[in-house]
Amino acid sequence: MSWIFGTWPWYVSGMGIAFVMFLLLMMGKKFGMSSNLRTLCSICGAGKKASFFNYDWKAQKWNLVVVAGVIIGGFIANNFLTTDNAVQIDSEMVSELKSLGFESAGEAYLPKEIYGLEEMNLQSILILIIGGLLVGFGTRYAGGCTSGHAISGLSSLQLPSLIAVIGFFAGGLFMIHVLFPIIFN
Amino acid sequence: MKRGIGFLLIGILFGIVLFKSEAASWFRIYEMFNFKSFHMYGIIGTAVTLGVIIIQLIKRFKVKSFYGAEISIQPKEKSIVRYLIGGTLFGLGWALAGACPGPMFALTGAGFYPILIVILSATLGTFLYGFLRDKLPH
Repeated sequence: MSWIFGTWPWYVSGMGIAFVMFLLLMMGKKFGMSSNLRTLCSICGAGKKASFFNYDWKAQKWNLVVVAGVIIGGFIANNFLTTDNAVQIDSEMVSELKSLGFESAGEAYLPKEIYGLEEMNLQSILILIIGGLLVGFGTRYAGGCTSGHAISGLSSLQLPSLIAVIGFFAGGLFMIHVLFPIIFN
Repeated sequence: MKRGIGFLLIGILFGIVLFKSEAASWFRIYEMFNFKSFHMYGIIGTAVTLGVIIIQLIKRFKVKSFYGAEISIQPKEKSIVRYLIGGTLFGLGWALAGACPGPMFALTGAGFYPILIVILSATLGTFLYGFLRDKLPH
């Protein structure tokens, strides 16, 4: 049973995600996490400012229940199913990240330089805000995120999802290889 | 109520998988975009391969949902520009914050509270899209 407490292998994780998609289809729904951000906007009254948020969000309550489950799942995983949550990434990556100023590489689940509560500073807050804005804006513009396009969309062999995933990678590669050396130097 | 518990359990499973697979780790996303590990590609590849098989089987055998309804998969609307631009913006944010919409919530539960700033700004980003929607090419 000790394998449970370590990093789950990719094939177990991939099977788990496919199973989640299957269960949601069997519940008569579809797999997509970013729609919840739109629902949150509607609940906060964004429908008064933009018609895009004028829809029957109550019909999406089921997905908010899934979100509540994901939060509980994260809590259970970190508190009861993990002994050491340091992520063992490739050693070359660790030294590269250390040279960029990420001292916590190889020793933490998230970089303390961005996600540390005590280390919080103007730069780390800006990174979180800009990253969030891009994710939220981009995902709705593209009509889905990793779950809706990369998993669900590709699984049903949809060309739009393939284009979106190509975009995900174009943006990600540009951020890591072109912008990171400028942001973190 | 019973259905609600079903959705909650599905979410719990998803949250545990996201955290334990480390797909919710900023470091794994960084490593993926550097092509230095098979891990993330293995996760997405396994999920999509099984997903294709599952959906083909559902279509072939006209599998009904738990509640006896037909399972229909809506085709996404045809366009290139919205998927490419939107996808690229999403990718920039995914690599920077190291989290996409599912993992954000798993990290909240795991106790990494600065992720709440990401969730709040992602909600704001979604609002901005809705606000500017009519002016954007689709």
